[in-house]
Amino acid sequence: MPTKAVPRKQAAPAAAKAEAPLPFDARKLRPSHTFPEDIIAEIQRMADEGLYYIRGFGAKRKLPTFDDLVFLGASATRYPLEGYRERCATNVVLGDRFAKKPIELKTPITIAGMSFGALGSHAKEALGRAATAMGTTTTTGDGGMTQEERQSSKTLVYQVLPSRYGMNPDDLRKADAIEVVIGQGAKPGGGGMLLGQKITERVAKMRTLPVGIDQRSASRHPDWTGMDDLEIKINELREITDWEKPIYVKIGASRPQYDVPMCVKAGADVIVLDGMQGGTAATQDVFIEHVGIPTLPALKLAVEALKSMDMHRKVQLIVSGGIRTGADVAKAIAMGADAVSIGMGALIALGCNKPVHEEDYEALGTRPGFCHHCQTGRCPVGITTQRPELEARLDPERGARLVRNYLTALTLELQTVARANGKSHVLHLEPEDMAALTIEAAAMAGVPLAGTNWVPGRV
Amino acid sequence: MAVDLDTTSVRALNESLHRITPSSNERHWRIVNPRGKHAIAAGLTQPIDVEIDGHVGYYCAGMNQNARITVRGQAGKGLGENIMSGEIRVTGNVSECAGASGHGGLIVIEGDAAGRCGISMKGVDIVVKGSVGHMSAFMAQAGRLVVCGDADHSLGDSIYEAALYVRGSVGSLGADCVEKDMDATEIEALGQLLKDAGVDASAREFRRYGSARKLYNFHIDHADAY
Repeated sequence: MPTKAVPRKQAAPAAAKAEAPLPFDARKLRPSHTFPEDIIAEIQRMADEGLYYIRGFGAKRKLPTFDDLVFLGASATRYPLEGYRERCATNVVLGDRFAKKPIELKTPITIAGMSFGALGSHAKEALGRAATAMGTTTTTGDGGMTQEERQSSKTLVYQVLPSRYGMNPDDLRKADAIEVVIGQGAKPGGGGMLLGQKITERVAKMRTLPVGIDQRSASRHPDWTGMDDLEIKINELREITDWEKPIYVKIGASRPQYDVPMCVKAGADVIVLDGMQGGTAATQDVFIEHVGIPTLPALKLAVEALKSMDMHRKVQLIVSGGIRTGADVAKAIAMGADAVSIGMGALIALGCNKPVHEEDYEALGTRPGFCHHCQTGRCPVGITTQRPELEARLDPERGARLVRNYLTALTLELQTVARANGKSHVLHLEPEDMAALTIEAAAMAGVPLAGTNWVPGRV
Repeated sequence: MAVDLDTTSVRALNESLHRITPSSNERHWRIVNPRGKHAIAAGLTQPIDVEIDGHVGYYCAGMNQNARITVRGQAGKGLGENIMSGEIRVTGNVSECAGASGHGGLIVIEGDAAGRCGISMKGVDIVVKGSVGHMSAFMAQAGRLVVCGDADHSLGDSIYEAALYVRGSVGSLGADCVEKDMDATEIEALGQLLKDAGVDASAREFRRYGSARKLYNFHIDHADAY
């Protein structure tokens, strides 16, 4: 009580010194929901730097995910398949709509497009070798195709991006499929970004840019605008490659209900849909966390659009963005995807955020488990770096083994779930095999809330 | 070889052109009745001559390597996009985005070029006898764009290391694009390029534009330049 009576207006320092301390009670520390510690830190960082925060990884906020769905499994009214005895096939054909040489995947889990530049050559090689061993595909990225990745990847998808860095018709012809990138889940509407510290001489040469500049790629393609143009562009790519190669179109999840039909109309063989959990090596945090919709609702909207055009399973749908486990793969396929694509999951298998070289995480101001510092080019585990001394920490052969093991485990989990639901092919999984645990997931995935037949939003 | 696109499909034509090997005898091709069709003579790899009599649609001679392609008419969007080498010549006007992301070779446009001519160019030389539209050489990385007439607004916006030469007026320069000096070496090199392009103009009459390089690394005090 007496302390309250002391006037707190601009007292002279000498007077303040004389004041008795106010009573402290830790239980009364009330954090602000509007201004929690991380927001306070970010406001003060903005005040210091005057710049948005650029980082790697993907969305970190809590989002509705495949975890909000469960499979029902078989019981008295459904017949399961015997695990380890009865065959559950996982092969998927991509791109048989127009291409003379479609892709056949042995497992419906592909490696997403990640650039040489964002990743070092050891990481690219490890991913290529793992994908080859598993009978699946890997994908180039912004900056073109390296000889190492072409050699290590039996089946390689070549991205045609807005920047056209390193775009080369010889590489186009060497590719097994072509992916026209309109956008990615981490930043639908944004172009690639590679900060100066990662633009080494080799990366700069491949991109025809000066060494050390902050490279901000275009967000729109240089030679087409709108989907009518894209149809003619796809035709040109087919003409150049004599109609041999499947043509994918990759979109970030924003309005798949409109974008997917336009991609079908433009002549895509395959649509790659990347939800907002999709990874990135460098993007503005505000973009990662606040632009785009999660994979779950995006996938439902895309499948509905394909079904309404009678093109489901005719134009194949690859979904990516936050796929981590075999359960995620199974749920994505059950919702209607033909295959999934993984980026972050594969990098984590390679050692991303592993608790080793902890002093190097600390030097980046972070810890294993929290690191999203791909943009610095100082990756402690040698994945997202161009520095030889860091890359030496990632042996491509060992890395390939790790990613191969991970993909094998994912495939086994996928088959386990499919057999439990009585499916002899993973593509036989369907929404009716699942229930939702939350009202949000029920609405977004179009799957009934467990214990009800209620799908919010469905009339 | 003469190919009539009224009776042969573009697909069949391109497949024939792609089958040519260094030892093939069919080194000279004449294509008639193109009627604005798209992707004519796209993806060629051999040093052959292709003459197209009439107007072509989008992406004519796209990603060209080594071939010399002449269009006697007008060309649609994305002429010679991502050209690597060889030469493309159009006697008429061309639509938007001519030579987009071209890595090498030469494109000569005897008429005018629409907007975004040389967008994202990465080493190609483009010579336009007439004028070019707005946003030409947007994000141009390398190579040379020569305009004998005028350039519309926002020339060379966000330009990297490409060199732009304009004889007439410039509507406005885009972000980070500035006028640069023309020294004797520059004049000589430009004169040679004009000669190679078969354009009768004096290199001394051109002004040169390029990057101020202020946007290469992000600086907060340049935020309003975007």
